[in-house]
Amino acid sequence: MEQLKTIGRELAMGSQGGFGQSKEFLDLVKSIGEARSKAEEDRIVLSEIDILKRRLLEPDIPKRKMKEYIIRLVYIEMLGHDASFGYIHAVKMTHDDNLLLKRTGYLAVTLFLNEDHDLIILIVNTIQKDLRSDNFLVVCAALNAICRLINEETIPAVLPQVVELLNHQKEAVRKKAIMALHRFHRKSPSSVSHLITNFRKRLCDNDPGVMGATLCPLFDLISEDVSSYKDLVSSFVSILKQVTERRLPKSYDYHQMPAPFIQIKLLKIMALLGSGDKNASEIMSMVLGDLFRKCDSSTNIGNAILYECIRCISCILPNPKLLEAAADAISKFLKSDSHNLKYMGIDGLGRLIKISPDIAEQHQLAVIDCLEDPDDTLKRKTFELLYKMTKSSNVEVIVDRMIDYMISINDNHYKTEIASRCVELAEQFAPSNQWFIQIMNKVFEHAGDLVNIKVAHNLMRLIAEGFGEDDDDADSKLRLSAVESYLQLISEPKLPSLFLQVISWVLGEYGTADGKYSASYISGKLCDVADAYSSDETVKGYAVSALMKIYAFEIASGRKVDVLPECQSLIEELLASHSTDLQQRAYELQALLALDARAVESILPLDASCEDIEVDKDLSFLNGYIQQAIESGAQPYISERERSGMFETTDYHPQDHHEVPSHALRFEAYELPKPSGPPQASNELVPVPEPSYYSESHQPISTSLVSERESSEIKLRLDGVKQKWGRPSYQSTTSSSSTTQQAANGTPTYSDAGVGSSSSKPRSSYEPKKPEIDPEKQRLAASLFGGSSSRTDKKSSSGGHKPAKGTVNKPAAVPKENQTPVQPPPDLLDLGEPTATTVTAMDPFKELEGLMDSSSQDGDSSDVMGLYSDAAPVTSTTSVDSLLSELSDSSKGNPRTYQSQTSKGPNTKEALEKDALVRQMGVNPTSQNPTLFKDLLG
Amino acid sequence: MIKAVMMLNTQGKPRLAKFYDYLPVEKQQELIRGVFSVLCSRPENVSNFLEIDSLFGPDSRLVYKHYATLYFVLVFDGSENELAMLDLIQVLVETLDKCFSNVCELDIVFNYSKMHAVLDEIVFGGQVLETSSAEVMKAVEEISKLEAASNSISLVPKSVSGWRGR
Repeated sequence: MEQLKTIGRELAMGSQGGFGQSKEFLDLVKSIGEARSKAEEDRIVLSEIDILKRRLLEPDIPKRKMKEYIIRLVYIEMLGHDASFGYIHAVKMTHDDNLLLKRTGYLAVTLFLNEDHDLIILIVNTIQKDLRSDNFLVVCAALNAICRLINEETIPAVLPQVVELLNHQKEAVRKKAIMALHRFHRKSPSSVSHLITNFRKRLCDNDPGVMGATLCPLFDLISEDVSSYKDLVSSFVSILKQVTERRLPKSYDYHQMPAPFIQIKLLKIMALLGSGDKNASEIMSMVLGDLFRKCDSSTNIGNAILYECIRCISCILPNPKLLEAAADAISKFLKSDSHNLKYMGIDGLGRLIKISPDIAEQHQLAVIDCLEDPDDTLKRKTFELLYKMTKSSNVEVIVDRMIDYMISINDNHYKTEIASRCVELAEQFAPSNQWFIQIMNKVFEHAGDLVNIKVAHNLMRLIAEGFGEDDDDADSKLRLSAVESYLQLISEPKLPSLFLQVISWVLGEYGTADGKYSASYISGKLCDVADAYSSDETVKGYAVSALMKIYAFEIASGRKVDVLPECQSLIEELLASHSTDLQQRAYELQALLALDARAVESILPLDASCEDIEVDKDLSFLNGYIQQAIESGAQPYISERERSGMFETTDYHPQDHHEVPSHALRFEAYELPKPSGPPQASNELVPVPEPSYYSESHQPISTSLVSERESSEIKLRLDGVKQKWGRPSYQSTTSSSSTTQQAANGTPTYSDAGVGSSSSKPRSSYEPKKPEIDPEKQRLAASLFGGSSSRTDKKSSSGGHKPAKGTVNKPAAVPKENQTPVQPPPDLLDLGEPTATTVTAMDPFKELEGLMDSSSQDGDSSDVMGLYSDAAPVTSTTSVDSLLSELSDSSKGNPRTYQSQTSKGPNTKEALEKDALVRQMGVNPTSQNPTLFKDLLG
Repeated sequence: MIKAVMMLNTQGKPRLAKFYDYLPVEKQQELIRGVFSVLCSRPENVSNFLEIDSLFGPDSRLVYKHYATLYFVLVFDGSENELAMLDLIQVLVETLDKCFSNVCELDIVFNYSKMHAVLDEIVFGGQVLETSSAEVMKAVEEISKLEAASNSISLVPKSVSGWRGR
């Protein structure tokens, strides 16, 4: 019997198309469902596009057909094919009076068009008309379309109507109007800035749904400007209180929680308002405490609210009791079996650790578990936590773990992030130089192409400067260990380019410094590098420069240089290189080999990469020459800026019409072109005298490798700063007139990082600890969490460390961590922030509040909030009081007692039928269970 | 703010995709493919959360839920709560289930406009609008009633249960 029914239905579908669609569409979906490959699918879609193109050209298409064509267009575009040939038909459909067609049209255009599309102009008029419609569903459809289709220029066209709709009698319309206004605010804050008070007003709306919707724009507004919304703190708190006391209608409950989404938004807003504000935090603490007690941690949504509470507490200035409650909640999360809750627990721990650093120790085993979990998301979150709690006592374990993980993943995006974190932690907490270099080697080896180039420059400078102590012996040991490790690594295949640059530079600078390795050995290795990576010009450049240094040191120390045959051939090859930079380096090397020891020594002194050279950027030594020239009749130099300034004063401006927005037509005639000032004879300008420019420099200028790429560098060179090699990444282009410049064989130096400043690091604070990575979790935990070291440890070490190395590229995370208050929270509370609560008599909110308070006592039905409590017990139409019926019209007589669908529970018979249909359509469900969503409702 | 809602089947075919900021078709496809490749590499019984800065820019999170042959995916930024978003998927699915009684992949394919109507009642312009599936149902029913009324000949049966009841 059942089977017969199914067959009958299939027949019916075959002839007229089930689901109201034609057979053609069904066939299309079916054949795409059965497509074995992407190519096959593409072929089907392309033929469908052909069909539709032809069909749409036919005259007098019935509207019913047209609607289906448009749905088919949407379907095609969802599969990734261009359906732009049919856009105009979708636009036309929005003009239709039939609601079904109009909605289809709106749906299609919102999916097809972006807000700047040319066709939008054809829709604006319809939207305006629809916003005025008597039918609220039409209004809703139009509001929906507005959110996607209106751009900055068209906002004024619909704005007045949207504002009017804020007072519409239907709460669904009010809600959507607020959302639309919010959208406008996101797109162009200036266009609605005068309407922001509307959001405050709507917060007191009769309908809790509208109030809830208002929280979205208010959240945005408050995160932009906290101070001007401080007066709302008590209102938000009292709303939250009423929500948690279940004074909203039952229909707002979700899984027995009263209006959880409203609670979450409120908590987010409170976190913003309460951060750093003692007064606000105190007002909030009551309701937060209540929430912890009341929240049902057995449901997902209950946990969502708990997590939001933790987040809120980590932002405001909490009292110890709240902190305790938050810590309890976190430990519940971490102990849970659900990965989702563990994730939230780790996240919460990371937030709370800023306030109370020792909280992590209770959960060490749970954290280790998460670290070893197969769930990648959880693992990453845990690494984020570890990153936050790194200090010098556990840095080795954490960084080792991070590097292991970094090597194991393929996701370049995350690899980059974790590599930069490793570098940052290593720079901050490195227990020893050798360890630091080892870590850097690993990072470069496995993620060399992903790390920032500044990291490489930092490493080079670190090796050049040592750790800032005046201990030459330690420095040379460091260099030797670097050189040794590089010589080991250099023959590995396929090293990242950046790493090779570092290796070449260090080998050139210090390869022969100790006398352990001979010049010919090092130069041979360098030649190998240049050979093996012959397509990488940057590496080649570094290698040639390194060769030059090695030979220079040899010549300077009076030894005879014999250039290896492969070096000779390399030089010859580069002399004819297409790259002018490489050519220049090769010529310089050749020239240098011919010089005598004294000259060479002054060109490339040994280990002088950190010496400063004073550069007189103003070229003041030329003043006399200029004076002389002016006296003898030359015109004074006019800077380029002044010259162009003069040019602008003339009326005619050739670029004029480019600056006018392109869509605005220009009606008046163009002015006649005027001669743009007297032509300036360039030969009368005082030229920068070239010979003296060169005499100022101590060595031939070599163009930098990257000058083509970095425009800032061009500016640098114009300023008279010359670079030998390396990139100028941290040389600020706006340096003061007398800037420090890198030395002849220079690593780039910071203009502000004085090299001589040898601030000694408080190494003493580091207690050498040998944490071993034992598979046994306890021991790992002990090395991670143990040592009872406080965060001050980290601070002092980083504080001393940083200036020594002058790391400029510290990410923003550092100040964030340094500001972590170590004091117990009561001290923080005593900091005493001035209250920003300014109450104006005109504020509608205060009035509302008064009403709320009175309502809580006598339940006055005129009170806005009281309404919720009145409506709360409403489950049958009998108890709908006059006010409630006033706000809900006949169609919504009994709010949210929609019960009819309860009879539609999972019905196996129906499900079987449907499953048969599904299989017939070629969409093969993988699961055995035909009741596809049984797990949901069962 | 919610950035995107997607429904993909287990073969990676999009069944519904809605982006709350305009993206060109190619970019949408790229994101859908990217999301799918991440999702299908996830083992069973792990968390439903993902951080996907690599696809959607900084501070992007993704919550997904796997039902039978479909992945339901929400992409959003830091101003939303992950667990709450997971429940929003639940709301969406519950509503669809009520709409189509035991919703399956085919329902979603063929009732494209109704799907969007449901979604538009729940998420509006990237913000959560309504979380009560009964309320959403009511709004959707109202729309279909009106649509039916505005058509002299009923073009589309109100829902699958409409023709099933015959």
